[in-house]
This record gives sequence, C-alpha cells and structure tokens, in this order.
Amino acid sequence: MTQGIVAEFGSPDNAETGAAAATAPNIEGRSPSRLAFERLRHDRAAIASCVVIVLIILMAVFAPVVAHLTGHGPDTQYYRLGRTPQGLPVGPSRRFLLGTDELGRDVLVRVCYGARISLLVGVVASSLATAVGVVIGLAAGYFGRVVDTILARFMDAVLSLPYLIFAIALVSVVGNSNRLLVIIGVIAFFSFASVGRIVRGQVLSIKEKEFVEAAHALGAGDLRIMFVDILPNVLAQVIVYLTLLIPASIVFEATLSFLAIGIVPPTPSWGDMLSEALQYYQVAWWYLIFPGLALLATTLAFNLLGDSVRDAFDPRYNRLFSRRSTSVLTGPALLNTAEEDGLL
Amino acid sequence: MTRFLARRIAFGALVLWVVVTVVFILYFVAPNDPARLIAGRLANAQTLAAVRRNLGLNQPVIAQYGHYLSRLLHGNLGYSYVGNESVTTIIGQDLPVTASLAVGGALIWLIIGVASGVLAARRPRTLADRSVTAFALFFYSMPTFLLGELFLLVFFYELHRVGFNFFTVTGYVSITQDPAEWARHLILPWFTIALVTASIYSRLTRGSMLDVLGEDYIRTARAKGLTERRVIYRHGLRAALTPVITEFGIDLGTLLGGVIVTENVFGLPGLGNQILTSITREDLPVIIALVILASTFIVVANIVVDAFYAVLDPRVRLT
Repeated sequence: MTQGIVAEFGSPDNAETGAAAATAPNIEGRSPSRLAFERLRHDRAAIASCVVIVLIILMAVFAPVVAHLTGHGPDTQYYRLGRTPQGLPVGPSRRFLLGTDELGRDVLVRVCYGARISLLVGVVASSLATAVGVVIGLAAGYFGRVVDTILARFMDAVLSLPYLIFAIALVSVVGNSNRLLVIIGVIAFFSFASVGRIVRGQVLSIKEKEFVEAAHALGAGDLRIMFVDILPNVLAQVIVYLTLLIPASIVFEATLSFLAIGIVPPTPSWGDMLSEALQYYQVAWWYLIFPGLALLATTLAFNLLGDSVRDAFDPRYNRLFSRRSTSVLTGPALLNTAEEDGLL
Repeated sequence: MTRFLARRIAFGALVLWVVVTVVFILYFVAPNDPARLIAGRLANAQTLAAVRRNLGLNQPVIAQYGHYLSRLLHGNLGYSYVGNESVTTIIGQDLPVTASLAVGGALIWLIIGVASGVLAARRPRTLADRSVTAFALFFYSMPTFLLGELFLLVFFYELHRVGFNFFTVTGYVSITQDPAEWARHLILPWFTIALVTASIYSRLTRGSMLDVLGEDYIRTARAKGLTERRVIYRHGLRAALTPVITEFGIDLGTLLGGVIVTENVFGLPGLGNQILTSITREDLPVIIALVILASTFIVVANIVVDAFYAVLDPRVRLT
C-alpha cells in the first residue's frame, strides 16, 4: 500500500519525525500507524479539535452532575421560575445560566444531556456502518465474480436512494418504540455503502499482491486472508473514513430529530431543541444559539480531526474533503451522500 | 456506448423497482393497516370492510402488488386520503416552489463554490487559500437547518428590528406573479441550501484546478505568452470543471430530498413540506408518490451523469 510506504520512509514535509529519527541513537522501527500518530500529535488543528471533543464528551458524561449542581432536572418544567408572566422562555440569568425553553426547562442541562444522544448515535451508527461496510467491501473485493456483482450493485443502489426521504418514510412506519435503535440502524444503513465501496476498491488491488499469493500458498483460508492479511492494509483509510462519518451521522440524527422523526421528546436532543427553538427565536435567541453552538462545535471538531487524521496517514494528500479526485480510476460513481466526501 | 447506456438504464429501472417494492412492503404489508388509517380509529367493522373493498385490500397481497405496479406504470398516483385531491394535482401545485428553491440554490452554490475554489487554487497556501479552506470547513460542518435558523435570527429578525426590512420569510410568491418578490422571498432559503453545498464544490474545484494547473499543456499555454487570465479560465478551468459538473448533475437529482429541511425552516409550501405533512397525516398515496418521484429524479440524474462521463472518458464504458 502506497500510503504505508510513504509513511515508513517518512515524508519531506514532516520535519518533526525526520529530525527525531536523525538524532535518535539507535534506529527504531516504527509502524505506519505509529508515524501517523506522531504526526497527529504535532498537528495543532488536531489537538484543538481533540480538546473540543473531550470537552463535549465530559459534558455528556457529567450531565447528571450539571443537573445536580444547578438543581434542575433535564425534563423538569419550571412553570413559574423558568417562564415570564406571559409564559415565554426567560433569558440567561444566575438561576438559569443559558436561559430556559418554552416549558421552563433549563437549556444548559438539556444541552449537556443532548450531547449524550448526539455522541451515542454518532459513534455507534458510524462504527456499525464502518463494520458492516468493511465486511461487505472485503467480501465483494476478495471473492469477486457473482458475489462482487451482487454486493457492489447493492451498494450502488443504496447510494442512489434519496436517503433523507427514505429515512423519514422508514422511521414513520416503525413508530415510537425503540426509536433510538431505529435511528442508528437507518443511519448505518445509508452510510455503510460508501465505506464498503472504498474497502472494495482497495481490496481489488491488494488481493493481487504477492503476500496474498504467499498466504494462499501457505494454505491460509479465505477468512484468514481477508481479515488477517488484507484488512490491516485498508485500516488506515477505514479509520479516516470513520472519523469523517461521525460528524455526518451526528448531523443526520440532528436533522431527523429536527424534523420530529428522530429522538422522541421529552428526551433532550440538540435537533429537537433546535426544532422547538424555531418557534421562539424571535423572543429567545439563547434557545437557538446554545444548542446550535454545541452542535456546530461538535461537527466542526470531528471534521477538523478527520482532516488531520487523513493528513497524518497520507501527508501527500492535502485536499480537504475533495470528491472524485481520482474518479477516473473508480469509474462512474453514483455518489450522492454528504458522507461520501473525501477519500475517493 | 449504446450497450453501456442500456446497462445503466436497466440498472436504474432495477433500482426504481426495488424502491417501489420496498415502499409497497413498508406501507401495505408491514404492520400498517391503510383501511384503519382512512376510516379512522373509531370506525366499526362494517366501515372498515367497506374501505378495504374499495381499496382492494381484501385481495391477496400478490394481487394488490400487481394492481399497485400497473397503476404506477400508467402514471396513476392515486388520490390523497386526506383531501381527496389527486396526487398528481398536489405534486403539480408544490413542484414550482421546490423547483424555484432548487434551481436558484444550485446556481448560487455553483457560482460561489467554483469562484472560491479557483481563487484558492490560483494562490495555494496563501492567506486567501487558507481562508477559503476555513470557510469551507465551517459551512461543511454546518447542519442545513441550523444555518437556516441563524439566517432567520440575524437577517430576518435582528435586521427587522433595526428597521431593515429587505429580507422576508413569509410564504412564497409565484415567479409569474412578481419575479422581484419571488426572488426576495427566496433569497434566504437559496443561500441556506447553497452555502453548505458550496463548501464541497469549493474544495472539489480547488483540487481539480490544482491538478490541471500542473499539467504540461498549461505550461505550454503560458510559454505561448497567453495572459494569465486566459490560461486560468480558458485552458485551466475548462478542464477542471469536468468533475464539478458531474457532481452537479448528481446533486441536482438529490436536491429534491435535500429541500425538505430548508422548506421546513422557512415554511415554503413545496414538495419537502408536503412529505412531512403527509407523514404526520399518514397520507399513504402522497408519501409513496413523493418517495418514488424523488428516487426517479436521482436515478435519472445518475444515468445522465454516467452518460456524460462515458462521453468524456471512454475507459468508463467498460465498467
């Protein structure tokens, strides 16, 4: 894999690792992922986005603590204290640091709890999509022939669905029970195909390499070759893609919740809060701005991190989410989802 | 070329058939009972039976499926359960709104995206390039509905408060009625749709432009003594636009699904809002028609893009 080779020899525009190697008394073997990690550690944008992500994780983890400190439960409605005499939300004050919503609930507490949903759905859905995509991509690329035709066509078909409309139709049929699982499933279903296509493309070229032939000669089984010999070689791309898939999934969930087909209220989610804020933005800017900031900071941090991760694995690649830059090689792609950005 | 096109069209038809079938299973076979939806929750057994007979729901599933397919093939999308209006009429009413939104938004994102991409590619790694990159990342991370809400807050409400009343967000004015008002009502929704997508186009144009500007024929053009402007726009941009145009075809097809959020934020009476309303009302014929319509747009756009690609690059026809 070219990325690996480039990484092993170090790259000209990476002074840190080069200098470190020169001054080190004894030569030390470093794996490509180790090198990538080193580069990442020296990337200021990556560090900054990691800090933001950690803050948001802390917010999610310590949401009950925030609720305890303020003394306001996430769903508790303060009809009198939390609303003006006209029944409108009250602005940021010492009692409600980020103001309240139309039912007199504390926006700060709800924003913290909302981080739980966003992170949970974002991480679980992207991981699920990536896992399924990797398995299907490996199978399609490795077995080829009929298996490949069926799986690749299936992935093309999924990519050519109007995913938002389909998600809406699907969620509306399922009803309110287990909504969280349904949302995760829907997001994963509409995202796995792009991972699968990337993996398939890589596997198609890797399986022709000598080491795969050697593994065959040694009598290794198909599963072993797929997962032990080939998989590690596509892992770098998969990790990059996973990092970029997380913000896309977070936006997907927020959009569904915004359209009232995501997380069922009163469970706090940023999308749902922003949907209610739409009714009140003229009287309660805080209700729109704070959940909005939380959501934007999260997606921005993950996208920035994803970009840095890609740079770290492949320093030559200096394009931020460009699509189809090598499209001639991958053929007439039926790309149409926002998550597709990057990598190809 | 004919064979390639035939294969693509066949695949497109297959995708559509799958969509239609999945929709059928979702709404007619799975837990839902359309008859109960129409008759209402309090209907007695007799009414339910009558409704079932009317809709042909008492027939075997396979027969229903056959009827459903043949009706679709004849372009008969049925009647709304709610207003008894024909679905074709509803689509006819809402399509102009969605089309206005989609076409205007697409033009804006194409212009902003390509212009900023060229700007960045002409001076790579300068302040201009970095700012374009930062803006692109910012808008790329921005959920569409959040951008729309921020526009409402800043451009509509806050400016309104200081006495600047240019931006209005109340409803939709038909272009045949008053083109100026039409544009004034749509300008915020247009930019909402456009900015998020423009960020992708900006990066796409920049990358493709940088590739092209590194080509030998660009050096030749410069060596011939052409002006920089001519080199960049006539020789460079022209070649660099190919992937952008390809992407554009696809995005235009998916836009029908993408307008849902924007129409919802700005309360525009288009197809996107229609599908949301239909879902809350459980108005099956309308939902089904819109899902199929949106899929058709995408499938057609994909075929057009593939054909376009095949003309540009003969190698593609082999896949």
